Amino acid sequence: MKHRVSDTKLHSKVYRGGSESPISKTQCIEIGKPNCPASAGQDVATRHAPHKDPMNVIITGVGGQGNVLASRVLAGMLVTAGYFVTIGETFGMSQRGGSVMSHLRISRESVLSPQIPQGRADIIIGLEPAEALRVLTRYGHPEVVALINSRVVYPIGVITGELSYPSLAEIESTFKKLTARSWIIDATVAAVELGNPILSNIVMIGALAKTALLPIDRRAFEKEIAKDMAADKCKINLRAFDAGAGMI
Amino acid sequence: MSNLLSPAGTKVLFMGNEAIARGALEAGVSVAAGYPGTPSSEIIERLAHVAVERKLYVEWSVNEKVALEVAASASFAGLRSMCVMKQNGVNVASDFLLHLTASGTRGGLVLVTCEDPGALSSVNEGESRYFARMLEIPLLEPSSFQEAKDLTKWAFELSETIGNVVMLRSVTRMSHASGNVICGKLPSKFRQAKFDYDGPVMDSQTGPMISTPVVAKHALHQGKLKEAEALFEKSPFNQYVGPARPQLLIITSSACFLYSQEAIKMLNLQKRVGILKLASTWPLPQKLLKKYLRLTSKIMIVEEVLPFLEENVKVLAAGILKELGIKTFYGKIDGTLPAIGELNPDLVAAALAKIMKLKYKSLPAAYTKELQKAAALIPAREQTFCAGCPHRASFWNIHNAIALDGRHGFVCGDIGCYSMAALSPATGYHTMPTLHSMGSGTGLASGFAKLGSFGFDKPILTVCGDSTFYHAVIPALINAQHNRANITFIVLDNAGTAMTGFQPHPGLTTSALKDVVPAVEIAAICSAIGAKVRIGDPFDLEATSKILTSFLAEKGSVKVLILRQACALSPEKKGKKIFDVKVNEELCLGESCGCNRLCTRIFRCPALTWDRTKKKAVVDEVICAGCGVCYSICPQKAITKTEVIN
Repeated sequence: MKHRVSDTKLHSKVYRGGSESPISKTQCIEIGKPNCPASAGQDVATRHAPHKDPMNVIITGVGGQGNVLASRVLAGMLVTAGYFVTIGETFGMSQRGGSVMSHLRISRESVLSPQIPQGRADIIIGLEPAEALRVLTRYGHPEVVALINSRVVYPIGVITGELSYPSLAEIESTFKKLTARSWIIDATVAAVELGNPILSNIVMIGALAKTALLPIDRRAFEKEIAKDMAADKCKINLRAFDAGAGMI
Repeated sequence: MSNLLSPAGTKVLFMGNEAIARGALEAGVSVAAGYPGTPSSEIIERLAHVAVERKLYVEWSVNEKVALEVAASASFAGLRSMCVMKQNGVNVASDFLLHLTASGTRGGLVLVTCEDPGALSSVNEGESRYFARMLEIPLLEPSSFQEAKDLTKWAFELSETIGNVVMLRSVTRMSHASGNVICGKLPSKFRQAKFDYDGPVMDSQTGPMISTPVVAKHALHQGKLKEAEALFEKSPFNQYVGPARPQLLIITSSACFLYSQEAIKMLNLQKRVGILKLASTWPLPQKLLKKYLRLTSKIMIVEEVLPFLEENVKVLAAGILKELGIKTFYGKIDGTLPAIGELNPDLVAAALAKIMKLKYKSLPAAYTKELQKAAALIPAREQTFCAGCPHRASFWNIHNAIALDGRHGFVCGDIGCYSMAALSPATGYHTMPTLHSMGSGTGLASGFAKLGSFGFDKPILTVCGDSTFYHAVIPALINAQHNRANITFIVLDNAGTAMTGFQPHPGLTTSALKDVVPAVEIAAICSAIGAKVRIGDPFDLEATSKILTSFLAEKGSVKVLILRQACALSPEKKGKKIFDVKVNEELCLGESCGCNRLCTRIFRCPALTWDRTKKKAVVDEVICAGCGVCYSICPQKAITKTEVIN
């Protein structure tokens, strides 16, 4: 399985917690870089505090790829860590084979608009490459970070031959150019190896945790899924999480 | 991952709909009824999950009008009840609602309508706030997840205080968005039902529940609205946030409050712009409005979709013009905000920037240019039937039968996932030129079939889903049969209310509460009215095609074909393939086959794709649901299917 990473524009901005934030003001975290080693027993929320408030995350993909579950699991972990989380999403007819998006706003201060303003996404998680690109062109800014599953789901217009789909190389170079950092990983390949392509979303969550962009980790994930998942299901989801973490 | 029964004080993540459900539980709701419709469905679903613990009766009713009747009976018996629907559901319920608001209610009755600005999952962006004004009942609109819970709870108290229905309106970006909520106390006492009706006719607690004597009852009715207005004047849910002397006052409610707040922050206008957030949008609390309208001469109203609040604020301001002085209003009527679609922080920020004469800071120009270049690379993603969807097979059959018949027959459409046959015509193989409200396909077909004497001689078909059949089709079908309308009526029976999340309907043996209930058979109803009925499997292309072809040729009145095949996403089918489907590359002739890529150009299954290098069809195994229908369409028999042994 190939892993592609680009970090040509890794920036070194220093961020501080908000004034209301219980997070130590001296703690600095850089986008995309692993955090300074944490002392044992330190709370995950403190170790991996987000560097700005709010942190705006968009999870995108095609209806049926598990967008909603991914946003719920991620939000659940963050709420447990003490954050205000606002999720905006649509489901129903809009998900039938169409583009889907979940907007997550993570803040120490308050709930926010369930729609992220244009040009203000901090992290894009793409379960499908063209959808990740679609979100980037609307919500991206030069500091955005993107984590993308390489598995393509062709739109009908491409299948019929009316439209064309960009090559993965084109997508990769676009992300390189327009983000601070991007990862393209073969999440679906890993999920299929684990026995079910639907696990791609959890592979992506594992990868996201490993990037340390958000205050989430394996223990928080395990606790979150245990809330309403049977033990055997938890096990395979944890394996998917680990597979994702291994790709970063 | 929420928990609707979390103890008081717990901070949880609730979807807006869950917050509404929790609010109802905290108010001690006993009965909840509704009809599924995005974005409202989770409220009834979540309540059904906790029905045993909270001693509730919860049902999916046959339609919204009946749901309101079920809820009203509980209210008459002194229980708190709730009725839940999407925006157009209020239209369905409105005839009863007119009479109910005139008779009044007893136990708190809250009508929840979840609306869909921008029609994200609707074929309309209807507004039911005007019903509140027209039918003279209070209207509440929550602006956050916490408020969705708290306001719902208060709505029951308000309804009980004034003795009439209270309407609570949410929108997609509230109902389907999620946020933190702190839970309140769940009551420990449960009410008993008792219906008194022997008292004097004008006694709302002991008399009969009727709307007559009409004029006298109307006076009572209007008195209740005045009482609500007085309560709204002091309601803590109506709040002003902003400077003491703002240059601009925004009046808003619902998700638009969150957009307005964000827009003010985006433009750094916290010290110059104030927001009056109204939770009670009808009737408007006059004194409160007067107090804040006085703060400034510029007022913008931010709302979705129609300028309901704007009109009402302007009428109110006109009434007190002498005291208030001249104001400039911005909103939808003067075009400051778009008159259609849903709003978002960007649209509100653009409007604010325009009024305040600011430059809205955007991204670096070079970056924006690169984004535009990238946007040109992205193919549009049209909505389509899922892989394995029975509707694709049904429309394939319908299209072929119409083509064979040769008289340019067409299908009158209806509401469900199969609406996509009209919304994206190629998906329905260009067979469905009409689409309106639930049940209207059959009514339209009944009418088209009677146009023969005006020279209109085409076979008329119509489709509906199984849940839609019960909701609104039956009267139209009886109309067609009785008036000898020669139509082919096709029920796309996918074993549940699939589009909204597989809620049960009267054709199934399970209820919202998972009790075993008697199924009311579609075939039996159709036979009972004298229609000719056949049952088929849409995946069996040959047999279905035969039935349809003979139906189109046949004279007479209503011919019914029930096409049964469960939805590909249904819990019993999801993730389980019947067939392992593959393309035999040696047999596939690619572009040199005379079929002109029938499989990928016309059939349009997301799992059956085209390999541009090999120039042959290929099955995407990750997406393929294994229905095996494509096996039957390939003239070359290059698509193979092998039964999967589970």
